[in-house]
Amino acid sequence: MSEDHRSVRPPRRTSHEGESSLEESRRFAPETSRRDFLGLAAAWAAVAAVAAAAIGSLRLPMPSVFPESNSQVKLGPPGGFKPDSATYLPELSAWVFRDEQGLYAISSVCTHLGCIAGREPDGRFKCPCHGSIFEADGKVVGGPAPKGLNWLAMSLSPDGQLVVDKVRTVKSGTRFTA
Amino acid sequence: MAGTKASCQCNGKQQGTRSAGGSAMRAYLTNLMRTPRSFRESVIRHGAPTSDRARSQAVSHNFFLHIMSARVHRHSLKFIATAGLGVITLVLFLLLAVTGILLMVYYKPAVDQAYDSMKDISAVVPTGRFMRNIHRWAAHGMVACVILHMARVFYTSAYKKMREFNWVVGMVLFVLTLLSFTGYLLPWDQLAFWAITVGANIAQSPQEVTDALGITAQFDPGGMTKEILLGAHFVGQEALTRFYVLHCIVLPLVLTLVLGLHMWRVRKDGGLARPDEPISERPPGCDVDGSVKTWGLMGLMKGRTPAVGKELANTVPAYPNALYALAALAMLTTAVMLTLGYFFDAPLAEIANPAVPENPAKAPWYFLGLQELVGYSAFMGGVGIPSLAIIGLALIPYLDREEEDVGLWFGGSQGRRVALGSLVFTTVLTVGMLVLTVRAGWLREWMPDIPQLVITFINPGTVLVFAFAVWSLGTVLRTNSTRLGAIALFTCFLTSFVILTYFATVHRGPNWEFYWWPSLWPAAH
Repeated sequence: MSEDHRSVRPPRRTSHEGESSLEESRRFAPETSRRDFLGLAAAWAAVAAVAAAAIGSLRLPMPSVFPESNSQVKLGPPGGFKPDSATYLPELSAWVFRDEQGLYAISSVCTHLGCIAGREPDGRFKCPCHGSIFEADGKVVGGPAPKGLNWLAMSLSPDGQLVVDKVRTVKSGTRFTA
Repeated sequence: MAGTKASCQCNGKQQGTRSAGGSAMRAYLTNLMRTPRSFRESVIRHGAPTSDRARSQAVSHNFFLHIMSARVHRHSLKFIATAGLGVITLVLFLLLAVTGILLMVYYKPAVDQAYDSMKDISAVVPTGRFMRNIHRWAAHGMVACVILHMARVFYTSAYKKMREFNWVVGMVLFVLTLLSFTGYLLPWDQLAFWAITVGANIAQSPQEVTDALGITAQFDPGGMTKEILLGAHFVGQEALTRFYVLHCIVLPLVLTLVLGLHMWRVRKDGGLARPDEPISERPPGCDVDGSVKTWGLMGLMKGRTPAVGKELANTVPAYPNALYALAALAMLTTAVMLTLGYFFDAPLAEIANPAVPENPAKAPWYFLGLQELVGYSAFMGGVGIPSLAIIGLALIPYLDREEEDVGLWFGGSQGRRVALGSLVFTTVLTVGMLVLTVRAGWLREWMPDIPQLVITFINPGTVLVFAFAVWSLGTVLRTNSTRLGAIALFTCFLTSFVILTYFATVHRGPNWEFYWWPSLWPAAH
């Protein structure tokens, strides 16, 4: 735009004779004249206004409150899980295990693209969507999954029930002892 | 009429007399009798055009016909020039708009009603199943035709000088067409739920890199994209509402706008690209400096001497020549879609069940090539390589600025040789890579503790892309032609797209394992 302005402006005078002080000051003025400056400022102000309005509008689809219900699920008293047991909980899409060291929960939601990995008879997990394979402790050993299956945080509620959090994860290998 | 008016003025007080009132009444009756004809003439303000000039006017004065230029070049009307692919795509889009609006009459975008309303459309709505089938076939057909149209435009060098930006506009249309994927969720069946779950997690897959770098807590573009798409962290009512709005309002509106721009620019660029004509065939004074247009509105003329009163060489009036071609293509396309829709039903799986994934959960065919790559790395296959491919395609007209051989398929025999060589090279490389990964696996099978970042950046997909880039640059060096380099690159991508799509469609079964044929899948699935 500024280039257009420059091309239609009359060529500058080369003669120094008889110049008024205004013309002289214009000759030494920087490339952008006052008129150019105001025009450019107006144009950029318009661009900034549109951009700000667009960004403001795009803020709307980014939710600040999510529709998920409470991510914590109560599972009854910890004693309900027998030693050396493996229990699948569909509402969590997770397995709860108990061994001699304590309780732990492994999410069966594949870390690749969110399919539900099935647990094989040998204890390994296999994802139906892209064939990721995980060890019994969730460690990834094959396929495209970028990391092992998540271990979910466990706690005890005031009324003595075992609580598993669908979203909060703990370091794999962390056991819960009631 | 003038006489009647005059008499009325003379006998101002006798307006109710029999003679004056009678003549107005006669005029009224005559007008009434003539109404059909005068109405028709007010809509179409000329008779059947009998001269070329009248035919040109018939086109340029008609809102619907002026999508064509007044005269078209003979070459542009040949089947070999375009195969009619752009027009077919447009017709399919119109069919999609009509059938889509009809489906909206009964469809309910709510998670507890969507599946039932789909069952209603299939079972009890008059013509409902037929309309849904046509909608589905036209959607698949449109994706196929957009890809073929792109290949035609590329191989006939129709993206060259002054058409560069329209190629980029075409890329935008390509992406918008692929986003018809948003309609995949609406039936709310198992296929819909798991395809969109996988798709949303692909949008989230930049976490694969940010997790590996340990910066996800501070900078999480993947998670943000998923939240914007789904309005939640899982596929539910929020996602269905958003996809419904995108599929039925946002994408069709944007696509219509960009499509208008695309076709407008085709017109402004002097019609379709075509081979240069020998100087001897041009009328004198015309087309002197190689510009295509020699006349225009408002005195904005190109060329030094507009050929007043002369037609451009080798052109014919668009009316009826191009018009008949358009109408024939539209009828043929519609007939094929009606036939497919009548005989082949669109599938509807069981109702969505978030607890049990489909096995295998396959995307629509045009994403299966990418799904094969996603099976190596979610981020590279789903985000990295597609973005590279789209950007690379969009840059072609700016990197290859040679102006020879516009409008010729492959630009002659050397181009055909390069395309054939690239086809063979890509086929061998892609098939070899697939055999290797199916037989021997990839890095993680060889080195179980390898860091994820290495797999993200070195996997069969990225190796293929790297090999294509090297092959293309090698072609530029060897042939000293950017056009031939572009042909090599485009052919590589197109060939591997076809092979990967075929492979994922036919040879991938439950757990994404290799099978020679779908009939060999284990019975449990």
